[in-house]
Amino acid sequence: MIRRVVRFLDERSGGAPFIRKSLRYVFPDHWSFLLGEVALYSFVVLVLSGIYLTLFFEPSLVQVHYHGPYVPLQGREMSEAYKSAVDISYQVKAGLLIRQTHHWAADVFVAAIVLHLLRIFFTGAFRKPRDLTYYVGVTMLGLALLEGYLGYSMVDDLLSGMGLAIGYGVVMSIPFVGANLAQLIWGDPYPGRHEFESRMYAFHVLLLPLLIATLIALHLVLVAARHHTQFRRSRETERRVVGIPTFPGYVPRTFGVMFAVFAVLFLLGGLVQINPIWEWGPYHLSQATNGAQPDWYLGWLIGALRLMPNFDVTIGNYTLVPNAFWGGAAFPMVVFLVLYLWPSLERRLTSDYAFHNLLNRPRDTPWRTAIGVAFFTWVFMVFVAGASDRLFVLFAVSYSGQIWAYRVLVWVLPAVALVLTKRICDELVRSEDVERERRAAEAEAQALA
Amino acid sequence: MKRWLVAAIVLLLGRGRGRARLRGRERIVPPGFPDRRAENVVLVLFVCAAACAVGFVVVYALEDVPSQTQYLGLSLGLAFAFIAAACMVFAKRLVVTEEADEEYGPTHPEEQENVEQLVRESGDRVTRRRLLVLAGGAAGTALGIALVTPAASLGPLLDVSSFYRTPWRRGVRLVDELGRPLTADDVEEDTFYTAYPERADREQMGAPLVVVRLKPVELHLPDDRRGWAPDGIVAYSKICTHAGCAIALYRKPTFPPVEPRPALICPCHYSTFDPAAGGKVIFGPAGRNLPQLPLLVDGSGNLRAGGNFSGPVGPSWWGVRKHGARP
Repeated sequence: MIRRVVRFLDERSGGAPFIRKSLRYVFPDHWSFLLGEVALYSFVVLVLSGIYLTLFFEPSLVQVHYHGPYVPLQGREMSEAYKSAVDISYQVKAGLLIRQTHHWAADVFVAAIVLHLLRIFFTGAFRKPRDLTYYVGVTMLGLALLEGYLGYSMVDDLLSGMGLAIGYGVVMSIPFVGANLAQLIWGDPYPGRHEFESRMYAFHVLLLPLLIATLIALHLVLVAARHHTQFRRSRETERRVVGIPTFPGYVPRTFGVMFAVFAVLFLLGGLVQINPIWEWGPYHLSQATNGAQPDWYLGWLIGALRLMPNFDVTIGNYTLVPNAFWGGAAFPMVVFLVLYLWPSLERRLTSDYAFHNLLNRPRDTPWRTAIGVAFFTWVFMVFVAGASDRLFVLFAVSYSGQIWAYRVLVWVLPAVALVLTKRICDELVRSEDVERERRAAEAEAQALA
Repeated sequence: MKRWLVAAIVLLLGRGRGRARLRGRERIVPPGFPDRRAENVVLVLFVCAAACAVGFVVVYALEDVPSQTQYLGLSLGLAFAFIAAACMVFAKRLVVTEEADEEYGPTHPEEQENVEQLVRESGDRVTRRRLLVLAGGAAGTALGIALVTPAASLGPLLDVSSFYRTPWRRGVRLVDELGRPLTADDVEEDTFYTAYPERADREQMGAPLVVVRLKPVELHLPDDRRGWAPDGIVAYSKICTHAGCAIALYRKPTFPPVEPRPALICPCHYSTFDPAAGGKVIFGPAGRNLPQLPLLVDGSGNLRAGGNFSGPVGPSWWGVRKHGARP
């Protein structure tokens, strides 16, 4: 049977050598290498659950009145988009499960990408020959953020509308072209023309997923072409990769990870409520709610928008750069610019143009680790500042007091993190040296005795 | 009959069925010992997964199950969890954990040179290379621009006049959410009201207002806005000038001495505006004051617009005037 299948394939594709090689492709083993796989399998769940949702969702801003089973919304005026999303939650059997799983999968997808990025950064896996793979990965992170934003914006609940209003404000604030760009995208001052909804839909269910899927394929092909990185343990060298072959060792392992991801996402989707849109209500321009938070992966942007002190760049009475530009556009651009530039920057600073297949332990590259920790502390503090309204609402901590504290902390803490991380790394390395010397001395003493 | 049944079971479950062995060849996968216990565990896990999957279908098929979503998620999630566990046990105990190694792929300097040579030699016959590249580049660029031009159909790219559009004119009546005219007597202190222009689309930037009543002595509006606040009632655009959210918080009564002034606040980024001072920004990221709408009280006590806003409504953009420039 096996022989027949293999013969069938080989006779028609000449692929037997390729299959044989793929089956013995070596995967180095470390827990942190799974993060990328978690992202990949979350994407699978996103696509499958998303396809199901498209069969019921109505991307239309035509206003209708609700007469479904959810009593508090009875008779309320709402868009067909919002109504269909509420109907998916209340009237389609298993609809709520799939909707919530889809939402959770998006949150886990971005989280896994970010953790994967941190792993890649702190172990130096982005170095030649894998910088191209890294750029593709960073691009996917950006696309994933946009994809997630469009996803929850399409639903047209109150939170969607507030998020879109902010997106509109940020687009408007872009110097030179903002107003024209906003007119192009929305067709009219916000909330814009009805076509905007179907445009978001086209991007969310077709263009962006296609782009992300293509980049995933490219990412994987590049990984396979140059092979995985590995930590130095025993037999690992820059020239030979050591690990478990695809078959029989790795396949059941990765299936295990895949099904575990599916399990977690469906358990979350079934048991842990997320984005209960019927509680937010339909969006109307004149409404907003206090303590509103976007999905976690946009928290850094809301934080940046909030932290920015109130000044616009003006000439005379004319605004040149409206404030929303700094937090909503300039800040993420700086973050992504740093991410994109880092591999070449490090190459230049360290004059290290060599191939690297062995990973660094973070402590072994103290400057990279320290700068990385400082940078991510910076972004993380801005992210935390985005939650200041929750602290205000929940614990009545003065909002403006918090903002002033964050305006200082956002700069002080990264500096502290930089110094601290550098010292910790140095100390760790030194303690290892001491340990090694002690061992050697003890061995010597024993030999003498 | 019984013999057939036994034969069928033996055939299905029978161990040691004739396995096609590749005799006389060296093993690729190293040998390992069988592990009956692990096999049993995997078996049980698969059965549990199947049971959960069936449970999912049953829960789905039932009508009026309380917490149906939760049971659906639980059964499907557990089915996946059992399969995941089975895979892991299988990976750890039933396949050989080998440590294989292979070379990292080489680079090919020879081939690189060949490619370079190939490309160079192909262009041998061209004499005016630079000119051709220039002309080709021009053609490509022009075509590229031509191909993206239809994107301009998406919206009125060059016309930004609609940012100044508002439905407010002198004499337009203010109505509440249900469309009833808002009278001056309706407006009490210490709370805010959302108002709309009568008989106009409410879902446009320039429409919604936030209306509050302050003590006339507390007001310190700019000099050119005298008479805009009859009986201390002031109206502002409800759309924040920072990022376009609705101003939905009113800080009144205040908490002296920490927050001494009443304020209109946008819940998105907490841009804070002083309603007594003509919508001046007092905290938060907004860079432009909240546009104020002059108010009148007509003979029957209804609130009416005394004109248009003091400035453009909605988020700021490149070129908008910071002060004034009434729409």
